[in-house]
Amino acid sequence: MPENQSNHQNGIVGRGNKDGANLFRQWFRELTEIAERGEWAAYVFVMGSFNEVLKAFDLPVVFPEINSLQTAVRKVAHEYLNEAEDYGYSPDICGYVKADVGVQLRGGEHPMGRIPKPGLAVLTNACNTYIKWAEIWERMYDIPVFVVDIPGSRSLDYGHDKSSPSFYNDVKYVATQIRELITLCEQLTGKKFDIDKFRQVLQYANDMSVGWRDILEANQNRPAVFNALTDGTIYLGVANGFRGMREGSEYFKNLVEEMNFKVQEGIGTLTEEQFRLVFVGVPCYPIFRRFNEFFTEWGGVFVHSTYLWFASGGTNIGFEYDLVNPIESLAEGVLLSVRDAMDSMFHQEQAILHMIDHFQIDGVVYHPIKSCRTVSTGLADGRYHVMAQRDVSTLFLESDMMDRRVVSEAQMKNRIDAFFEGMISRQQRVQA
Amino acid sequence: MTRNEKPIFDEWQGKSLEEVLAICRDLVEDPDYPTVKKWRERGGKVLGHFQVYFPEEIAHAAGMLPVKINGAQVDGMEADSHFGSYLCSIIKTSLELALTHRLELDMFVSHPICDAARNLAAIWERNMPYKSQILYLPQNPNSDHSVQYLRDEYARLRADIEEVVGRKVTDEALRHSIEVYNESRRLFRRLYDIKRERPWLITADEAYVLVQLAGFLPREEFNELMRALLPQIEQRPAKKQDKMRVVFEGGFCECPPIDLLQTIARSCYVVDDDLLIGLRWIQDEVPTDGDPLWNLADAYINHSSYSPVQHDARKPKEKMLLQRIRNANAEAAILAAAKMCEPGLEEQVTYSKTLDKEGIPYFVTEFEENQTTFDHLGIQLETFLENILFD
Repeated sequence: MPENQSNHQNGIVGRGNKDGANLFRQWFRELTEIAERGEWAAYVFVMGSFNEVLKAFDLPVVFPEINSLQTAVRKVAHEYLNEAEDYGYSPDICGYVKADVGVQLRGGEHPMGRIPKPGLAVLTNACNTYIKWAEIWERMYDIPVFVVDIPGSRSLDYGHDKSSPSFYNDVKYVATQIRELITLCEQLTGKKFDIDKFRQVLQYANDMSVGWRDILEANQNRPAVFNALTDGTIYLGVANGFRGMREGSEYFKNLVEEMNFKVQEGIGTLTEEQFRLVFVGVPCYPIFRRFNEFFTEWGGVFVHSTYLWFASGGTNIGFEYDLVNPIESLAEGVLLSVRDAMDSMFHQEQAILHMIDHFQIDGVVYHPIKSCRTVSTGLADGRYHVMAQRDVSTLFLESDMMDRRVVSEAQMKNRIDAFFEGMISRQQRVQA
Repeated sequence: MTRNEKPIFDEWQGKSLEEVLAICRDLVEDPDYPTVKKWRERGGKVLGHFQVYFPEEIAHAAGMLPVKINGAQVDGMEADSHFGSYLCSIIKTSLELALTHRLELDMFVSHPICDAARNLAAIWERNMPYKSQILYLPQNPNSDHSVQYLRDEYARLRADIEEVVGRKVTDEALRHSIEVYNESRRLFRRLYDIKRERPWLITADEAYVLVQLAGFLPREEFNELMRALLPQIEQRPAKKQDKMRVVFEGGFCECPPIDLLQTIARSCYVVDDDLLIGLRWIQDEVPTDGDPLWNLADAYINHSSYSPVQHDARKPKEKMLLQRIRNANAEAAILAAAKMCEPGLEEQVTYSKTLDKEGIPYFVTEFEENQTTFDHLGIQLETFLENILFD
């Protein structure tokens, strides 16, 4: 038996998806046990979770964004949304928030298990709705809400000049807040902060950051070795939920091995890759699988997405913490990473131009959604600027990440079909 | 530009109070910003800043005219193609003012107040030739380092403004500007004291128009106008009517049309509100000794009002609303929110639950700056008030 076939059969190809699903089940099993024991968890968000600090205190974490999207993927989001709307929340606000309100009103009942109540919420300002969301728990449960304020780029070319006095001021501000968060965790857990344990957590996070960066770059290969929309979302879940943990570190080492293997063997995520696409925005979770099929049926594969940048909290920059100087380094790393996450939403055209130039892109699919102004407000304008700078096909599809009432499958399919027909005729014109 | 020149806005001088209020309303509703144009024709530079709060003193000290950009009643002919569907109106109409050159600027500053607004600086930057940026006002005012951080952020902003005007902004100039704005703060307080104590002397729409003027007139001229008008308002021969005293909450960013406020004023006295709260954000006078940037930063964090777009553990918003209602001796509240405004709509839920617990009647409504019919709202509001009266 040839060696590559042997590897395939030994389970390297597809291992990331399988292991990711197992880790998720394990995570939700543990959360259910915690909830059943009546214990609490720390509620955090994907853009700057501070798992690095929380894991140093062995705190279990809940990502309400992930809980919410799971209700949509499992086709029950409307039940939760309706409960929150009956409670008083407007149809026009973030669907993630409302699904979580539904979960809280049901005492943590969730399709993947039971979610423990929060005892602490840690969030950044990467999304303003994080703050409004946490205020709901603050009022429901009377818990501390810690906003770690991460000053973002003030303008396009602002972000990463480490020599500017402003950068120094920002790092100092973030570092002070991290120290204040550590003090709060000590008070809540009754445990003393263990710097050596913290370093170990940072090392695991470093492994993940390097792995995440390498995996994203692997799709520069043709054919693309993973689908950024479907496979990527599984990897993203592990990157968030298991950040700073041994399991997360191992998972990403294995995933890099899988991707390298697929690159070497020329194994693409699609058998016949015809069009290489970028996805911009948040996925259409109510019809997650079908949405992707609309594209793969035409041989379209999402080789990259801005989602994999911003929803990883900027892990894509691959920042590695300096374990000698851990708190200051965490401050610098979080500042740069979360800032990058914000840039890939507010200056999303820069991320897309980068992807077009480095990933041989044929088309860009914009998916602005009702639920999320953070990601969606600038997309139409950004699209205009991308089209002015690169000769690339684009598609603008408005729907939602949670609310199936604004997802029109038939209309969506019509527009996607027209998008591919346009790309085919463009290719034919070029060939002629 | 010297301060000895003829005022930019002097059409009010020598006119009666009623005439002046009408002129002011016309000016506030004019999306062509004639006074700002006049300022520019005289060689002045303009800094536009989006809602909610901006430290105007820094732009003022640089000799710029700070202009609060808070939308307008215009069609989004140019701006619509730059946005998707699910968005509040103020974001679209604010950009419309810039794209159509109704409002010409030399610098634009936005703030991370909400998910939509924080996109605005980048959009502006992609479309306009001048400097556009975000001023990162702290979202963790409870950190020990927040005042120092904001002081440094103001220093960064000052340096950027200096580049635009081509000269240094001295601490002396800043102290002078703080004095000018301290006078405005005193005048705002006096206006709101009248609203609370003798609301029959000034209606909700009239008071709103006067505060709105501070957002685009040279501040010295605004102060002069208010110095002249407030005594006239206090002497106004208006009779007290049997109207319910209400607090209007929900105008911290996108503002309701003046006709909507007029509709409300027909059936009740609005004795306090959060309309244009950014202009009235700092509640005490800012000290003029010491480091002026530190003083401004400290005032923003420690001597300020509240709004749904700032989280401060010391100021839970529902408790602040209760305090506003009680301080104004109000009997009910109007809980408004701009359409598609995430923070406003979310806060509405908390406010209503809190008022339920406290037994304070409230009226929930949504508005849009471009709405043109108010009959339905008027009838609903009257029904609400009658229900309370005859309960």
